[in-house]
Amino acid sequence: MADTLLHAKGIIKDFPGTRALDRVELVVRKGEIHGLLGENGAGKSTLMKILNGNYLPDEGEIIFEGAPVTIDSPYRAQSLGIGMVHQELSLVSELSVAENIFVGRLPVNKLGLVKRKVLHQQAREILDRLRLPLDPNTLVGDISLAYRQMVEIAKAVSLNCKLLILDEPTSSLTEHESQILFELVRSLKAQGVSILYISHKLSEVFMLTSRITVLRDGSLVGSYPTNELDEDEAARLMVGRALSNLYPPQGAAEPEVVLQVTNLETDKVGPCSFSLFKGEILGISGLVGAGRTELASAIFGVDGWLQGSVALHGSKLNIRSPHDAVRSGIGYLPEDRKTAGLYLDFSIQRNVVAAMLDQVTRAGFVDGALERNLALEQMQRLNVRSTGPEQVVRTLSGGNQQKVLLGKWLAVNPKVLIVDEPTRGIDVGAKAEIHNLLRDLVRSGIGVIMISSELPEIIGMSDRILVMYGGRIVAEVARQDASEELLLSYASGRGALHTNTSPAVKGAS
Amino acid sequence: MTTKPSTGRQGPSLFASLGQLFKARETVLVLLIAAIALFLSVYTESFARTGNLRALLLGLSSIAIIATGMTVALVSGGFDLSVGSVFALGGVVGALVARGGADPLVALLAGVLTGTLVGLINGLIITKVGINPLITTLGMMGVARGATFVITQGSPVGGLPESFRAIGQGSTLGIPNPVLIALVVIVVMDFLMRRAALMRNIYYVGGNETAARLSGISVDRLKIGVYMLSGTFAAFSGVISVSRFAVASPSEGLGFELMAISAAVIGGASLAGGQGTVFGALLGVLLVSLANNGMVLLRVPVYWQQLVSGLILLLAVGFDTITQRLRTRQKGVIKQSTKNKI
Repeated sequence: MADTLLHAKGIIKDFPGTRALDRVELVVRKGEIHGLLGENGAGKSTLMKILNGNYLPDEGEIIFEGAPVTIDSPYRAQSLGIGMVHQELSLVSELSVAENIFVGRLPVNKLGLVKRKVLHQQAREILDRLRLPLDPNTLVGDISLAYRQMVEIAKAVSLNCKLLILDEPTSSLTEHESQILFELVRSLKAQGVSILYISHKLSEVFMLTSRITVLRDGSLVGSYPTNELDEDEAARLMVGRALSNLYPPQGAAEPEVVLQVTNLETDKVGPCSFSLFKGEILGISGLVGAGRTELASAIFGVDGWLQGSVALHGSKLNIRSPHDAVRSGIGYLPEDRKTAGLYLDFSIQRNVVAAMLDQVTRAGFVDGALERNLALEQMQRLNVRSTGPEQVVRTLSGGNQQKVLLGKWLAVNPKVLIVDEPTRGIDVGAKAEIHNLLRDLVRSGIGVIMISSELPEIIGMSDRILVMYGGRIVAEVARQDASEELLLSYASGRGALHTNTSPAVKGAS
Repeated sequence: MTTKPSTGRQGPSLFASLGQLFKARETVLVLLIAAIALFLSVYTESFARTGNLRALLLGLSSIAIIATGMTVALVSGGFDLSVGSVFALGGVVGALVARGGADPLVALLAGVLTGTLVGLINGLIITKVGINPLITTLGMMGVARGATFVITQGSPVGGLPESFRAIGQGSTLGIPNPVLIALVVIVVMDFLMRRAALMRNIYYVGGNETAARLSGISVDRLKIGVYMLSGTFAAFSGVISVSRFAVASPSEGLGFELMAISAAVIGGASLAGGQGTVFGALLGVLLVSLANNGMVLLRVPVYWQQLVSGLILLLAVGFDTITQRLRTRQKGVIKQSTKNKI
């Protein structure tokens, strides 16, 4: 076809023991936004790495702009006009926006010194073309995550990119920041750049793309015009079975208060007051920086309290450190599982028992058999896919890593579990499993507080939602009243669209 | 067990099977040590003599005790550069107390507690003031060494009573006391590091300090304990050594900190924390000492010793790094070097 930019034909890639890609086809047309969907392990990353020159395919060919090409290095990909923005950003925060865009090819004079004016002007041109309101001289360290991502995109575009690969670009962005990114993506498309868009967030893929390719277990499921699919259908294609409902049904909250937070204040949040009832999932919504994580850390004793109190089942707790919180029966699943949650180089079993070593300890010594049994129990309960409790956590997929982390807290038998972005960056199947699990926990009497930047998740999972803004709880919304617009409006500090704003102090439902 | 043979990266095993007792790294070291020993007993006349072996083991016992404490510090994600100085300080304090006529055990205790105190100060500075272990213990290395010189006015402390000298010069069951003491320290600490819940928490702290804190582990208290332990062992080793040589010189133990770190790292510990075993550190000490002993016996000029010690460290860690990389590459998780990126 004349309007085809890239055609990957019959791509096969083997790794020892597994076939990562089996005769995969991908056609990206000129100037289209093409979605790539698949669970973790479906082969999306491998395919992208082949297009970006990190891997060579074992079989198959790649036609780019009508000619067969061999992409044997990222540099090669770049010179062909294929650019990739990685999940983990690769910018230097001590350098300016302009220097980052032109890193490795700064305009220099004969003495090898950087021509600042030329650099500034060239960066300005690119930023203008992308309509990014950024000063080229700003240090990257001083701009928000969303804009850093856009600097990455600017960097790719400045290399005369014809195909831009975006890998989970919104995974760490807020809703608002995501909107800015979407605009940029659309304007790039209007300028004739093709975009391969990879995301776990189906709603984004459906909103942006014109065609979607679905991979499952290394094989092509099919390519479809976006308007012929819907989200349920796409999810079904990805997991190979019907996901009956994206979110599990709600439970019934009981009038018994599990956790009562009163006027809690630290130097980062507050004062905040709310109640968590038995049998409910309490969602905490808000933009990044609104103080959601800080509120969770406050309850968990990470930051010292300036004032206020926390009571569990009616008795006041004196929490001065996470140690005290864990002792009292509070668990906290942090938002960044790799840096704050897991021991990546330790085995699954060692991770699972980390918060409750006393329970597998006899007379001061760890009982290996008990430890293993406990790990096996949690692995079974959470359906962790692994080679066994000895497998090193680093080698697990994101979804399974998150399950191990959840297992650590479930092993403690907490009375209250605070989960911060529990499904960030994990695939649809594992996400549904974690949602069901949280619901089961609540049913068994554990109070769950869930922080999430994903509005559909917050609305789909929570029985009640607190919205934070500027370090305070600004609204409480019952699930039946919740809509993305309403939550966003509170979250951005615009206040009530509704009249029944409750000050969220005693949280009656 | 479906996991691939591990390389000591996972910390201590729990004796689940005999095969697990020896991680690949430790097995390689044991074989290497056996090979060198075999070579030396065949090609030199003096190696296998009791006198030589005795001197070899006596010589490495001081550093082995220090390396034990260092391993614990490395596992916690830190390290302790002050051990060489504390070795001297503890020895001098012990010697002065002994010369003052105190009971030998009191003298021993005084020396050891000096080390514990230095460790406590290290730990408090690292956790409460927040200076990193490198700077803190580098500073303490100077302070403790300086204190040793101030106390002694630079001259060795001699004239130690017979009863005090008996600790380091005596033998039990035909084994010299310093060797026996090192053996007990190593066996007990190795066992504790593998099995004791308290020690397990040190692995958690070294593996991921934030996660450990959020798992409810009292990270600060644990780290203070780690430096106290390291200081205690260094001073203990110092007092034993003084008792053995019957003199406390303020310049003893120079460079011991780096020898101890090398040994622990050769044995599988990592500066990144979360891994390493006491047994591994002992193997590291043995390997380096054996190589040095062999060179002496083979009449290789003494100048080669440091060069070879350094090479052993680089080879051990290099070997491990490369096998590790090959293993991950097999799993298909190649991390392209960033310089090739856009």
